[in-house]
Amino acid sequence: MLSRTADNLYWIARYMERAETLARFLEVGARIALLPSAGHGYRNEWDSLLQASGTAVGFQRKYGDPVQRNIESYLFFDRDNPSSVASCLFQARENARIVRTALTTQVWDALNTAFQELRQLERMPRGELELSTLTDWTTRHAAMVRGTIDTTLLRNDGWDFLNLGYHLERADSTARLIDVKYYVLLPRGAYVGSGVDNYQWMTLLRAMSAHRAFHWAYGGEVTAGKIAHFLILNPQCPRSLIACVQGLNTHLDRLARGYRRRSEAQTRARAMLGDLSDGTVEAVFEEGMHEFLSRFIREAADLAALIHEGYLSGDVR
Amino acid sequence: MAEHFNEMYQNGGVRPPYLRLEDWTRAMPASLRQMKQAEAEALFRRIGITFAVYGEGGDPDRLIPFDMFPRVFTAAEWLRLERGIKQRARALNAFLVDVYGRAEIVRAGLIPAKLVYQNAAYEKAVVGFVPPKGVYSHIVGIDIVRTGADEFFVLEDNCRTPSGVSYMLENREIMMRMFPELFRENRIEPVDHYPGLLRRTLASVAPAKCDRDPVVVILTPGHFNSAYYEHSFLADMMGVELVEGQDLFVEGEFVYMRTTEGPRRVDVVYRRIDDDFIDPLCFRPDSMLGVPGLMDVYRSGGVTICSAPGAGVADDKAVYTFVPDMVRFYLGEDPILQNVPTWQCNRPEDLAYVLANLADLVVKEVHGSGGYGMLVGPKSTAEQVAAFAERVKADPGNYIAQPTLALSTVPTFVEEGVAPRHVDLRPYCLVGERIELVPGGLTRVALKDGSLVVNSSQGGGVKDTWVLAE
Repeated sequence: MLSRTADNLYWIARYMERAETLARFLEVGARIALLPSAGHGYRNEWDSLLQASGTAVGFQRKYGDPVQRNIESYLFFDRDNPSSVASCLFQARENARIVRTALTTQVWDALNTAFQELRQLERMPRGELELSTLTDWTTRHAAMVRGTIDTTLLRNDGWDFLNLGYHLERADSTARLIDVKYYVLLPRGAYVGSGVDNYQWMTLLRAMSAHRAFHWAYGGEVTAGKIAHFLILNPQCPRSLIACVQGLNTHLDRLARGYRRRSEAQTRARAMLGDLSDGTVEAVFEEGMHEFLSRFIREAADLAALIHEGYLSGDVR
Repeated sequence: MAEHFNEMYQNGGVRPPYLRLEDWTRAMPASLRQMKQAEAEALFRRIGITFAVYGEGGDPDRLIPFDMFPRVFTAAEWLRLERGIKQRARALNAFLVDVYGRAEIVRAGLIPAKLVYQNAAYEKAVVGFVPPKGVYSHIVGIDIVRTGADEFFVLEDNCRTPSGVSYMLENREIMMRMFPELFRENRIEPVDHYPGLLRRTLASVAPAKCDRDPVVVILTPGHFNSAYYEHSFLADMMGVELVEGQDLFVEGEFVYMRTTEGPRRVDVVYRRIDDDFIDPLCFRPDSMLGVPGLMDVYRSGGVTICSAPGAGVADDKAVYTFVPDMVRFYLGEDPILQNVPTWQCNRPEDLAYVLANLADLVVKEVHGSGGYGMLVGPKSTAEQVAAFAERVKADPGNYIAQPTLALSTVPTFVEEGVAPRHVDLRPYCLVGERIELVPGGLTRVALKDGSLVVNSSQGGGVKDTWVLAE
């Protein structure tokens, strides 16, 4: 497969996952805005979401104070914001247009339909659009694309590059989301492990559509320890760091087998998985949650660089 | 101006190939027609058959209007066209081999040397080089107009990279999806084997150094190009890689593409970019689209480029007038398809005729294109005609003139129902080890009443083109 094609597939997945993550952020923000803003007001909440999505600086420059309506526009529609849902969907679709030959009609159709509908949404008066409509719309289309990829695409190397994109993006966004929550809301180590703001943590789970799953998996009181375990170390949680790293391993191993050549990325991913498998919540807290997450994000970025070098850059020998 | 030939209705009756379509249109109420038209448009959009226009604002993905009323040829009509098209494609290729070789046709005094050697499309970099199988132009698009029951004229030849074949294929696909009953009732020759033939044609001209199943690629300028859909469609249908210049590199005697598994050698490049851009080392140094060193590999037989660099010299407006001579000279046959009668203003007797009849003629600059520097006599004022006469007198060699043709019409769906609209035809002739032509082509239709301009940029649409089986 052409390196450029592989690169485009990888980015289709990253953009789709990013769009979905953004939609989840928006959903959580909107939910908080519905509640009386006691203690940490929604403003604080929106701030943290802007930070988690890496869009705080851009927003600040364009709008200044985080006003909900502006945040919604900025995160959903604004094409000046390269990570807005609209930007991500347009990018994903443009990437797909470039590599039409590597996609099935169904995958293309799913991406193109999202694009065509988005253009209609853009033309509608903003006042007629409920935020929940927009976020539901996004997750539905993301699921549709994901579904067509899983059910119609040839499971060849192209499928692996798509999945690498999905898992890397998801690992990164989960880690950032936990980090922002943790760092912003619990700046002092003394709070860690006890007396957490239950509500804030539940929001975090909600942002990953995992709050019900969490109860099924753990039951009882919500504690920081359980949540950290769920989102970092529990392979049952589809957005946990370990689940993402497992996915990366699966697809890097498949590529290595298919191409009959081992890769550095594969070795690195294996090491990451080993660390997480041996890890405990206690060890994470001991290292410091922020330190642990920063290290993880760095390692994931290094892995992305190795994947780029080893497959996507076009300089493969 | 003469009466236009209506391809469906003649002398108060319906011509045989259109008989069943008569019932079909009659039975279709306006509401159904509108529904079908909307359905067709939705299909085109969903499949993504658009031509992208960036940087002009508005929707970057535009649709070429598709008219559901098919254009029909009988088997006998097609047979004659087919023989004429193949004959012309052979002659054009023979001409190209000749002018980059011994130039017998120039020595024989049939074509002025100036027309060949001072032509901007004449590529000095390939003089003396004979491409594999002696083919320069592998896909020849020959634009044909009809003016009567048995009158067909060639309007121009496209020897470089004629576009539009994806519309021929998709128009058929969509017609078959929407009106399956039409295809049961009429025996229509299929066209969907075109991509397979194209692939075989390209593989058949693999370079001498290729000792395996040839690796074919399509080279596109990229996804901002207006014909990008066609490039990716053809790559998909042929099962070959669609590459950009950046995906290819030259090392040693060969060209390679950059893949996830390392370099992979490429044998045949079907390029959809102009000569000027294919190799910055050989042609335009500022080109970002091409592959540095590609021409060296080409000339040493490491890769085949389709169409061959330099093929453009055969489809020039002034060279066009000599194509019937080429047929006689190289093939020893009489030309089956006629040229539109053309007056060369550098010939004194032609010039006199042109000046005397300017108001009835179409006058074009020899190297002009896109309708610039052109006079359409019947549609111009007396002042415009007089002013143009001065320009022709000042530089006669720069002009040719042709009669205004009475293009045939085919019924077309319009707002008020069905009405005749002018059409032309572009068939795609494949030249490799063998010469192939699928029965059909792209029919372009001028959707505006009375208009003779079929270009999509000026309100033209497309139709499915049928050739009936015996």
